[in-house]
Amino acid sequence: MKILVAVKRVIDYNAKVRVKADNSNVDLSNTKMAINPFCEIAVEEAIRLKEAGSAQEVVAVSVGPKACQEQIRAALALGADRGIQVETDDNLESLNVAKLLAQVVRDEQPDLIIMGKQAIDSDNNQTGQMLSALLNMPQGTFASEINLQEGEVQVIREIDGGLQTLGLTLPAIITTDLRLNEPRYASLPNIMKAKRKPLAVVTPETLGVELKQHSKLLKVTPPAERSAGILVSSVDELIEKLKNQAKVI
Amino acid sequence: MAILIIAEHDNCTLKGATLNTVTAAAQMGQDLHLLVAGSNCQNVADEAASVEGISKVLLADNSVYAHHLAENTAQLISQLGTAYSHILAPATSNGKNILPRVAALLDVGQISDITAVESADTFQRPIYAGNAIATLQSLDNIKVITVRGTAFEAASTGNDAPIENVDLQIESNLSSFVSEEIAQSDRPELTAAKVVISGGRGMGNSENFTLLEQVADKLGGAVGASRAAVDAGFVPNDIQVGQTGKIVAPDLYIAVGISGAIQHLAGMKDSKIIVAINKDEEAPIFSVADYGLVADLFEAVPELEQKL
Ligand SMILES: Cc1cc2nc3c(=O)[nH]c(=O)nc-3n(C[C@H](O)[C@H](O)[C@H](O)COP(=O)(O)OP(=O)(O)OC[C@H]3O[C@@H](n4cnc5c(N)ncnc54)[C@H](O)[C@@H]3O)c2cc1C
Repeated sequence: MKILVAVKRVIDYNAKVRVKADNSNVDLSNTKMAINPFCEIAVEEAIRLKEAGSAQEVVAVSVGPKACQEQIRAALALGADRGIQVETDDNLESLNVAKLLAQVVRDEQPDLIIMGKQAIDSDNNQTGQMLSALLNMPQGTFASEINLQEGEVQVIREIDGGLQTLGLTLPAIITTDLRLNEPRYASLPNIMKAKRKPLAVVTPETLGVELKQHSKLLKVTPPAERSAGILVSSVDELIEKLKNQAKVI
Repeated sequence: MAILIIAEHDNCTLKGATLNTVTAAAQMGQDLHLLVAGSNCQNVADEAASVEGISKVLLADNSVYAHHLAENTAQLISQLGTAYSHILAPATSNGKNILPRVAALLDVGQISDITAVESADTFQRPIYAGNAIATLQSLDNIKVITVRGTAFEAASTGNDAPIENVDLQIESNLSSFVSEEIAQSDRPELTAAKVVISGGRGMGNSENFTLLEQVADKLGGAVGASRAAVDAGFVPNDIQVGQTGKIVAPDLYIAVGISGAIQHLAGMKDSKIIVAINKDEEAPIFSVADYGLVADLFEAVPELEQKL
């Protein structure tokens, strides 16, 4: 079995987000960047399937400017076998990313595609589902457990009321939730080894995919600030404030 | 052109998030149709017909839609959807699962989790865990949108809209339902509760969450949790509040033993009143709390429960 994992370069989840003074976007200059945490979980899951003997090859693909090769290398350091960068501008819309990934999938013919359920920058939660539609494949979104079976994959999904188990025919697309696994750290020797693993660069033109703009970003503003309130000194004072000042109990 | 709204339901009852979505839709246009796709869900259709502002209910009642499998449901919605200017769903796990698939089938983008409607094609939505608000204009002829329930009031009921049957049976055979574990609770639904009391890693174990349940019961509230509490197995996944869990905005949110990471704040900082109980006075949660109590939760919470 061959597994394709998609990884996105995003702001580090611990880094502080600043909005540009002209409200055109957020300011990411000098900001620490990282592999999107959900994508990291996807990579980890693929590697575990390989270690368990269920998969033979793990290919990591990222769509973005040259800098995203760093995140592909990070995936290679975790254990992916080779990388593909689809060279594009930053901030591509989900449907365009999905169209590019769809062509990579047609070329690579993986049996399983694992990706993050959402990127922590745009918070869109779209690309996996869109890719599934474009390829007419089944989707197992928000996965907290994956079990490969004969010709099928069972996915336990985190849904609003609890958990749901679905059976998907292969090839299938899975998007990861937080509790699917806890990603490992790359070891120094593996980081060194990753530098020598193959990384191919393709473009929308070589893939034959035409991109289209679906929305226009008019402005980005900071959220309404919430100012800190007061410290109360006792449970009695807390109850008194909630009753008489806030009037919420 | 009319607006198609996807009803959230479990084949028995219409879920509240649908009502907030109807309010958002009403800010985009006039003629609102509510699609109930499910199996043996006539009850839901009847409830849907009573929602104020709805001009027509579409009922696709077929066993192929029983479990809201994305492959079948998205095909159904995309086939119906070509006749509409907008397709809206609540940003629930169902909406998030199905709607992007619909958008791709229609070759249009999706605008996720909107929190304000500026005009029929321009919307606001939080990005970067709510640390920035983007204003986006859709350029697509069919606008596919998910709606954050807490940002819109619930539509009222009392209407009697006509119900029209949809005879489209779409079965992909790509996915199949195996099983479901749905938590049963007598408490109000987390995203709709007026009071939410959430516990974090500081709760220490699963048994200690009964402390919070007792307070919740006294206040008629729901119990939530941080990711750390869910990851540790103290509580089930479906009560995680945050960027990647549930979004809540109750009148009163009480955070107990929660440090206040941005990913958690993203899910609760629009609450009207926030209370934090934490033994570390430096905890970031205090910077968003209206009332902070620096205390050991194992003393403060039982006392709170007793004195309420
Ligand atoms: C991609 C991604 C997505 C995420 N999504 C979410 C999300 O949706 N929701 C979410 O919550 N988190 C999310 N997180 C995790 C988030 O970053 C934090 O790790 C998490 O919120 C911490 O949970 P916590 O506050 O319970 O634990 P901690 O940060 O460990 O805080 C525990 C707090 O309890 C206090 N405490 C301990 N004992 C006591 C006591 N006896 N009495 C009083 N106080 C006590 C401590 O002082 C401390 O402040 C996400 C992270 C990532 C990377």
